[in-house]
Amino acid sequence: MKIQEADAKTLLVAQRLPVPDWEVAHTAAEARAAAERILGAGASAVVIKAQVLVGGRGKAGGVKLASSADEAEQIAAAILGMDIKGITVRKVLVAAAADIAREFYMSAVLDRAEQRVLLMGSAEGGVEIEQVAVDHPEAIIRHHADPLLGLLDYQAREFAFAMGLGGHLKAAVAIAKGLVRTMLAYDADLVEINPLAIVRERDASGAEVERLVCLDAKITLDDSALPRHPELEALRDPDEEDPADRQAREAGLTFIKLDGTIGCMVNGAGLAMTTMDLVKRAGGEPANFLDIGGGARADKVAAAMRIILADPKVDAILVNIFGGITRGDEVARGLIEARAVQERDVPMVVRIVGTNAAEAAVLLEQANFATAVSLDDAAEKAVAASRGAAARGAAS
Amino acid sequence: MSILVGPDTRLLVQGITGREGEFHSRAMQAYGTQIVAGVTPGKGGQRALDDSVPVYDTVAEAVAQTGANTSCIFVPAGGAPDAVMEAAAAGIGTIFCITEGIPTLDMIAAVEVVRRAGARLIGPNCPGATSPGSAKVGIIPGSVHREGRVGVVSRSGTLTYEAVQAMTDAGVGQSTCVGIGGDPIIGTTFLDVLQLFAADPETDAIVLIGEIGGAAEETAAAWAAEHLADVPKVAFIAGRTAPEGKRMGHAGAIISGGAGTAASKVEALEAAGFRVAGSPTELPGLLRDAGYRG
Repeated sequence: MKIQEADAKTLLVAQRLPVPDWEVAHTAAEARAAAERILGAGASAVVIKAQVLVGGRGKAGGVKLASSADEAEQIAAAILGMDIKGITVRKVLVAAAADIAREFYMSAVLDRAEQRVLLMGSAEGGVEIEQVAVDHPEAIIRHHADPLLGLLDYQAREFAFAMGLGGHLKAAVAIAKGLVRTMLAYDADLVEINPLAIVRERDASGAEVERLVCLDAKITLDDSALPRHPELEALRDPDEEDPADRQAREAGLTFIKLDGTIGCMVNGAGLAMTTMDLVKRAGGEPANFLDIGGGARADKVAAAMRIILADPKVDAILVNIFGGITRGDEVARGLIEARAVQERDVPMVVRIVGTNAAEAAVLLEQANFATAVSLDDAAEKAVAASRGAAARGAAS
Repeated sequence: MSILVGPDTRLLVQGITGREGEFHSRAMQAYGTQIVAGVTPGKGGQRALDDSVPVYDTVAEAVAQTGANTSCIFVPAGGAPDAVMEAAAAGIGTIFCITEGIPTLDMIAAVEVVRRAGARLIGPNCPGATSPGSAKVGIIPGSVHREGRVGVVSRSGTLTYEAVQAMTDAGVGQSTCVGIGGDPIIGTTFLDVLQLFAADPETDAIVLIGEIGGAAEETAAAWAAEHLADVPKVAFIAGRTAPEGKRMGHAGAIISGGAGTAASKVEALEAAGFRVAGSPTELPGLLRDAGYRG
């Protein structure tokens, strides 16, 4: 689960990482009030950042500086409601504009090949780290945390020195260890600071000092671990979750919407992907990835059908079930129940093999469902049904 | 002799009294697997599976009493990593973890504990393994198999059943079918299983079933090119139409570089001498094309 920058910063602060103060505004008036407070406290300008869960918001015009409350209000009014990669901006983060001396990149990620948490850093911050990885792979510093002990102090020191942060050693070590600690504390897949920056500030006596701080924050959480972090569930942003995704999640289904016309309902992730691939191979376009999981009962099947049919582009449905834990007759009952109440009639091709397939076949035949025996055959029939529906649609 | 499971398997089921544990234990027993013990904390002294299997409170006690050498775990996600470590500490040599939905970071420590104990973990989030005609551990339906000499290794559950059924329907039997699990952190990789198959005199050909994400298929392909040069090898990769970036974060993509896509895996496998199928149903035909005569 992705969370917003402001929420990620809250988690970092809770883990004692240095993050400059910020406020979140939902309206231009709130942004103005926040800017007045921040400018009144001595900042020369504020930065206003769109809070969206997609990358590239800076390039899209979602991050701007303002040097007065009036300007902050105008900019916030422009950013709020802006469309960034299909997401409508509904809130902005307002913070004092930092006087940046130097930028870095630092992240903690899961390294699946090494089966460890990997701390990554680069002295080239503020730019796309993917680009650094391509252009200067040697510029990325990597250290693996111990699988049982975590990131050790000496590793954090080596890392900090290699990053060129020897002048801010204590802060850099604390941040490196803090990233790994944050990852473990919240079961994150990714904790990324880009940029991590040396900023110039004034201390109490007015003298200029340099400080290492986290100017941005990106955290994604491990969905499998959310049940033991109920407080993090509140960070899910309902504004950015597609209604179909929410329905699927609440029904315990794994669903990813695609652009095609053939709705797919499958048990198992690998088989679901294969079913999509075979639809494509037969000349069709899959409308979705949908895994009903192991042992799905009739009600789950009915929920899956509702989600697939809610996509107006779907003009045919392919159901492919290889029963192991899942019982074929349960799925057949779910399909029959769903069809009895569905508002839109869409041709459906059903293939059920494995556990209780014979019982399923009887039920499906009684209910006049089109069935298929092999996977390839099922994909071809679904594509033909979709073409027929498209032709009828064009004729009418 | 096959690999991982066989006539010498003395199976312990952790979570034998739960709904899934009991259902699949019955299927394993019916297939011919020797189930010597069950473990459910607090239910020690009871008997499971129609009185045929003693239940113990701890794995250590079950191992001491029955000589169990293999474990199959059906414990819910919250307790599964602990169950894995308990099995390793008790001296179980081969641990299958069927449980899905385990928090990823929990498995980092569990996999390390298993490694230090010198045990082997298969999974988590895996369907188990079957050596047809001998024994099965896990949840793969026994009906899909046929005895033979092709080793199958897969990251999926139901896709494995699909592929194996297609082989069986075409008369191509299997020595052992292993599902290694779809989670990011797993105990046994494609490479590990290929090494086991390479050393198995009863395995004459290889079927590898992979999917997008990570680079385990590429790593295994590179090894196979060198060590399984003369062995008929076929593969299938799921996810050619999967959208990019839906399952992998940006930072994850850095680690794997250009790897992780179906195209990258297909290319690596073909370069290593695998014939790559466009559908699971093509696997048996490609095995024949590759020179397999079993």
